[in-house]
Amino acid sequence: MTTDALKRPPRRNPTLPLRLPTLPPGNRSRAALHLTAAVAEGRFELQKCHDCGQVQYPPRDACTACLSVRLVWQPVSGEGELISDTVLHHSNELYYRHLVPLRLGLVRLKENVTVLALLHMDCPAATAPVRLRAHLDKAGQATFIALPAIDTPNLADDRILREMTSDPKFRKVLITDANSATGQALCKAFADAGADTIWAGVAEPWKVRPGFSSITDLPNVTVVPLDLTDNRSVQDLVGSVGAKVDILINNAEFHRSSGISDRPGTETARAEMEINYLGMMRLAQSFGPAMRARAAEGSVPSTAWVNILSIYALSSLPSQGTFSASKAAALSLSQTLRAEMRQAGIRVVNVFPGPIDDEWTQLIPPPKLLPSALARAVVKGLQDGVEDIYPGDVAQDLFKKWRENAKALEREMWGQ
Amino acid sequence: MSTAETAATVLGELTQALAAKRLRIIDLSQTLSPGFPQIVLPPEFDQCAPFRMEVISHYDERGPNVYWNNISFGEHFGTHFDAPIHWITGRDLPHASTDTLPESSFIAPACVVDCSADAACDADFLLTAGRLREWEERYGRIPPGAWLLMRTDWSKRSDPVAYQNFNEAGQHSPGPDVSAVEFLVHERQVIGFGSETIGTDAGQAAHFRPPYPCHAIMHGNGRFGLQCLSNLDLLPPTGALIIAAPLKILRGSGSPVRALALVETGAAR
Repeated sequence: MTTDALKRPPRRNPTLPLRLPTLPPGNRSRAALHLTAAVAEGRFELQKCHDCGQVQYPPRDACTACLSVRLVWQPVSGEGELISDTVLHHSNELYYRHLVPLRLGLVRLKENVTVLALLHMDCPAATAPVRLRAHLDKAGQATFIALPAIDTPNLADDRILREMTSDPKFRKVLITDANSATGQALCKAFADAGADTIWAGVAEPWKVRPGFSSITDLPNVTVVPLDLTDNRSVQDLVGSVGAKVDILINNAEFHRSSGISDRPGTETARAEMEINYLGMMRLAQSFGPAMRARAAEGSVPSTAWVNILSIYALSSLPSQGTFSASKAAALSLSQTLRAEMRQAGIRVVNVFPGPIDDEWTQLIPPPKLLPSALARAVVKGLQDGVEDIYPGDVAQDLFKKWRENAKALEREMWGQ
Repeated sequence: MSTAETAATVLGELTQALAAKRLRIIDLSQTLSPGFPQIVLPPEFDQCAPFRMEVISHYDERGPNVYWNNISFGEHFGTHFDAPIHWITGRDLPHASTDTLPESSFIAPACVVDCSADAACDADFLLTAGRLREWEERYGRIPPGAWLLMRTDWSKRSDPVAYQNFNEAGQHSPGPDVSAVEFLVHERQVIGFGSETIGTDAGQAAHFRPPYPCHAIMHGNGRFGLQCLSNLDLLPPTGALIIAAPLKILRGSGSPVRALALVETGAAR
């Protein structure tokens, strides 16, 4: 028997109490957090001994075979064999109590380590080849799930997989600025991904961008007024749709291109901070509690909060100094937001695009990220359940350089 | 002091007239609210901040016995007063900023020209000198030191999109043409020009010669502006007294005002 296609979930029975969010056990050793960190960025890595080549699991400080401490995190394929399986019917962990019965199994990876994993419903009984995936669970920690060796028709609709990801299918989405180039692309991408409802936020409705009517024509898009500089506007919207938003996409941004000393005054910088930084905070104070309250609702719980930041949040692009600074502030704020939303198991996803091909990067030479490519990356990131997304070549390149040597990258940014 | 004695003075008469409702006070101001739109400049320029309000405390842990807010806005937001230094043509004039304007600038009579029917038909309607002369034939000569208020009923557009009225070619809203401004400034010596729209100039005034005549010529000659006025339909063509004092901002170029009109009862339209 394979997973049935997800059907439109029933509406919540409003006479029954709301299920309150609980979390799986979330404590990990520092070594194990490396596994989580890789998974958060979309990689599956385990430690490999530099001296004898033994792959390690669970993560540790010294090699199980030769006691060397030179353990290096390296990608693993996840190919393996399900060697035994069972069904868990009872747990004393509050989080697992509502998930049982739960299939569990031991998977022997081809790297010769055995791990305990949750089993996708479509996994055959042991013994059978499987693909082991690492996903972030509701506590934000890496957990293993074994998938069947070959994709089944409704693979993504598995109950446990959906618990660890934020697939937009049948979910209600708020896009905080639907009028911008990225906003229009995001509306289309979420409509294509099967979102149930898309609330399309619009500030200053007298400024309508070309193409906006193609968004409003989409059947599941509803335009709503939303100005992140105005806390009353944010409160008005949370008052009307706050109790329904499952995925919040915060793409609203103010973007101007200047350094900090070649243009007088602070008003443009202030306007950037008003939206890029304080705007996120106004959203967090309104939609944060509303989404946390519904994080375990029976049929379609609230699940994810996405911030469109910038790769220049990591290292300032001096030619766009004020914009970079506002995104760095937003990045810092989003880390606090992540810590706060995590209490309810809601994933905060940060997206770090390089230059987006819109009117504010006219003098930046290609490659530039198409708004549609950004939107696809966001949808895919939610489907995959990652936490940080670096879409496009520029973002990937700068992220790699930043990880290797942030100080060297700081110098390299001078010339860009 | 008895009421009879009070009435013997001009202010006493005024007080009595207000008490007896022989004088009516009409509020010409829009509410300062985050929902009211701000003027739009091309995006490469810095922008006028809209009205925003953040609570300091609301009888809560931030201040258990106090409700109050921090507010922010540009000098030229909402119903507001333009001082001459607002425009580059007025930059060198003396006593031309909000803190140095003579007090006499703040109380002046008004002539109200009703262009509401024209603006209803044509969002780009322009008030001309010829139209002002026609008005004078009916209501008398515009006195020196009076406000010329252009009634268009634009303030009744409560939807900000309709109030702004943008299309691909920019904003479309009524205002004076160059001839009207020249006439008012040089031949009638008005104190200033007031409108119901987001600026004293027409929506398309960037394309006039000179651009923005109501700013360039009015302010270059030390005259003022009032915009985002409302309730002009409650004013008589002549005889209203306008009280509109900007905040005393150091080197301020303008300020939101609570604009009021005194109107004799029975004189309203």
